[in-house]
Order: sequence, then C-alpha cells, then structure tokens
Amino acid sequence: MADQQTAPHRGRNAVSEPTFVRWLLILICALFLALFLVVPLGTVVGRVIMAGWGSFAETLSESDTQSAIRLTLAVAALAVPFNLIFGIAAAWAIAKFEFKGKTFLTTLIDLPFSVSPVISGLVYVLLFGADTWLGPQLKAMGFPIIFAFPGIFLATVFVTFPFIARELIPLMQAQGTADEEAAISLGASGWQTFFRVTLPNIKWALLYGVLLCNARAMGEFGAVSVVSGHVRGKTETMPLHIEALYNDYATDGAFAVASLLAALALVTLILRTLLEMKFGAEVGNGQHK
Amino acid sequence: MALGLSLTMLTLIVLIPLAALALRAAALGPTGLYELVFDPRVFAALKISFLTALAAAIANAIFGTLTAWVLVRYDFFGRRIFDALIDLPFAMPTAVAGIALTTVYSPKGLIGEWLTPLGIKVAYTPLGIIVALIAVGFPFVVRTVQPVLEEISRETEEVSATLGANRLQTIFFVVLPPLIPAILTGFALALARGVGEYGSVIFIAGNLPFKSEIAPLLIVIKLEEFNYAGATAIAAVMLAISFLMLFLINGIQSWSQKRFGHG
Repeated sequence: MADQQTAPHRGRNAVSEPTFVRWLLILICALFLALFLVVPLGTVVGRVIMAGWGSFAETLSESDTQSAIRLTLAVAALAVPFNLIFGIAAAWAIAKFEFKGKTFLTTLIDLPFSVSPVISGLVYVLLFGADTWLGPQLKAMGFPIIFAFPGIFLATVFVTFPFIARELIPLMQAQGTADEEAAISLGASGWQTFFRVTLPNIKWALLYGVLLCNARAMGEFGAVSVVSGHVRGKTETMPLHIEALYNDYATDGAFAVASLLAALALVTLILRTLLEMKFGAEVGNGQHK
Repeated sequence: MALGLSLTMLTLIVLIPLAALALRAAALGPTGLYELVFDPRVFAALKISFLTALAAAIANAIFGTLTAWVLVRYDFFGRRIFDALIDLPFAMPTAVAGIALTTVYSPKGLIGEWLTPLGIKVAYTPLGIIVALIAVGFPFVVRTVQPVLEEISRETEEVSATLGANRLQTIFFVVLPPLIPAILTGFALALARGVGEYGSVIFIAGNLPFKSEIAPLLIVIKLEEFNYAGATAIAAVMLAISFLMLFLINGIQSWSQKRFGHG
C-alpha cells in the first residue's frame, strides 16, 4: 500500500473534502461492509458461542463430521502440491522464456476463474459420467471417478488452478532473468539455479499463493457438489457437510463446521496481511488484474 | 521442459474437459440447443441469474469505488483492518457465507428482523440472491480501482482547483474519468462471478422455479435427473456469456492502456 500518498491531509484545502463529508463517506463504507461481511461473519461466531462448547464438541466428534474433515484435508493435501508444481512450471516458462502465444497461454491459465463452479464440476461429469464411454469402463476396473475421490480432486484442482501461477507470473517477470544467467555462467546446473537462485527469490509470493489456493481448495462447494454424489461419511467434504447439516435443520452443527472453515479463512487473511505488510512489493501482485 | 509440463497439465485439467463440454453442446445441434435453452424454466433461470448479477455488480461498482476512495484518500482509525476485511469474500467458503447470510437476513435474523416491519423481505426472494452476490462480489471493484487511484497524481486536482473548479467538479471531471476503465473491469469481474455463483446463493434464494431459481442450480437439478443434454445446454450458454465478459475485460484494458496509459 502506498502509505506515503495517503498521508493525512487535515484541514480544509482545495484538494480534499470537508471533514464531515469525509466521515460520512467512511461511515457509509463501514456500514456497507458491516451489512454484507462483518455481521454475517459475526453470526457464525455468535451461533457457535450460543450453542455452547458441548454442542460444538458433539458435532466434531460425530464420525460423519470427522470423515468430512479428513476428506477435505486429503483433497487439499493433493490439490495444493499439484497446483504448486503447475504454478512454478507455468510461471517459470512464461517469465523466463520467450515464445509465441504467451499472452494466449496466460489467458488460458486464468480461464477457470471465469467458469462457474458448477460448470467446473459438470465438465468432469461429461467426461467420466455414467453416460460416457470412459466412465463405466474405469468404474468396472475399480477406479470410479465421478461420485468418488478422484472426481472431487479433479474438480478442486480445476477451480484452484490459476491461484499459484498468477501469483508468481508478475513477480518472476519483474525479476527478469539476470540472476539466473549469472548463476548459469558461473557453472550452476539448471536445478541448482532453480533451487538456489529462483526459489529463494519467489518464496514469499509462493507462500502467499499456496495460502490462497489452500483456502479455496478446502472451501470449494459448487464444483465438488456436482461430482461428489453426497454420500455421508464417504464423499462429503466439509462444505458439503455444512449443507447437509443445514438442510437437516441441524443448524448448530452446520455452524460448528462452518466456524472451522471461517477460522481457516480468517487465518489466511491475517497471514496474507502480515505477508503484504512485510514484503509488500513482492506479494500480492497477481491478484485481480 | 517447464513449458511442456505446464502445457500438459493445462490441457489435461482445463482444456480437455472444457472441450468435452463444447463437443457435447455441439452434438445437440442448433435446434436442439435452441429448444433446451428457450425452455421457459431454463430461460427464466438464466434471466434471473443475469439480472441479479447485474444489480449486484452495479451496487458493487458504486460502493466499491467509494470504498477504494475512502481507503486510499482518508486516514482513519482501523483503516488497515478495514482494508484487510475487503478480501474476506475471497477467502470465505461460499457455503459458510451462504448459511451466514441466510441466518442474518431471514425474517427473524439480526438484520432481517429490522427489515420485516418495513415490508422488505430479503431471504428466500430474488433480493436475497442480490444480497449474496453483493457480498461475494464486493472485493472485485475495490481491488481494481484501488491501485489506479493510488497512482493518480494529485497535481491534476490542484490544477483543476486553481483553475476555479469546485471540489465536486474536480471529482467528476478530473478524478473519475481515468478510473472508469478500472471500475468497468471490476464491474465485469463481479458480473461474471455473479452469473456463475452457486454456493452462497442457494441457501438464501428459496429456489422457486421461475422466481428465484438460478441457472447454476438448474444445471445441478438437470444432472440429478440425469438430463445431461439439458445441463450441457445451460452450461454452454453460461460459458458463452463468461467468455464474452472476458473478451470485454480485455477490450477495456487495451483501450485504457491507449487512452490513459494504465491497465
């Protein structure tokens, strides 16, 4: 953030607004934020506190909840490293080499962002579903995709695909290739250059990308909902379990599980704010551009 | 090698599945596609999705620009926390946002309880869909406008003031025009997100066909009925809309690059 430019400009002058206008505008924005973000978040916390520790512990000790937590952790544990490898490879290729169709490739990487989560799940149903050639064959071989773990993994990877790559691309492009060229000319091998030169240069942006990717992977609902089949205790992730509990009028239970994911989101936000404060120039470049 | 690896992963995860969808849609043929899309219930759902997303994106364009302005130009207690909170919708799982918003805006909820005597029903109506879409789309405009606003030099404002413009004139004729591409980009991103949004909406919408049933939900319903053709047709239309949006965003940015020298 450019704090230097946002230095307080108190008193009336030609390039600022009267104090009461300023406070009015701040108040309007704060109210907007409260209505749409803060009060709903507060409700999650409030509901869990009102229901009490006993209810919270009971929900978490249910075997269906535990299996949902395990499934969510397992999916994230596979999807995040997968996207990590892709993100580094893609950013490396785009930032350090010249080739035709680079802009097109960058656009393709961003594609999952503009696809509805439901469609992200649907495409895999159309590839591996019951009415396809491939799906039943794989199922007969004991390797079902849809309504099983592989489908949930694929849908999660699809929706989180751009996160790490787009965090790294602008940073690596800005850093250029001078460091790598120096390393190579001093006799370092390709992998040595990568691990000793490139990786240390990008580690904070990488961590930032991993955080965002992980939060989304654990919280994805629409895409996973389409491919999961909603089998309790088997193919239900945490967000799907929240829906199931909520629809069963087990509202306290739904909010108990929701509070875990809300806590994850808050921790992600706090870490990202800390990273941005500390390494402002390096991280946060790739977002929403 | 890095290029090969990333291209392979991209093809397997993103391109082949999307191509499968395009092929299945093409296999329906023009008349088949037309009939499925203009089925009254499908058309109503597409209309609801698009109109609610449009309303939410407009609200976010206005309040998002205002919020970016407040964050960049004013210094006040808690500004950093305020700034960090903007990204909450990006980090918050949609299902969590969905049940929280429904609880808050239901007739007995914290905010709904105040709105009911005024005759405003939010939860289980199209208004509820708009509320959910405002909540999930809020960061887009703020985060596209904020960096541009930070870079704008204040000298032009001083010039404008010395030349005799009052503050409102300066804001509308000097400050706002260069922000328009960023506002439009954020608007298009929020709109695209809103049209496809599912998780945060289905809890609060009520999901009545022809009234508050969104297109992504109808895809899920068709799939549950094993009506793959119906699901594919809706998805194809939605994808076409989002590609159009992507195209629009790129257009805005290259125009802005030429006109204002920033993207």
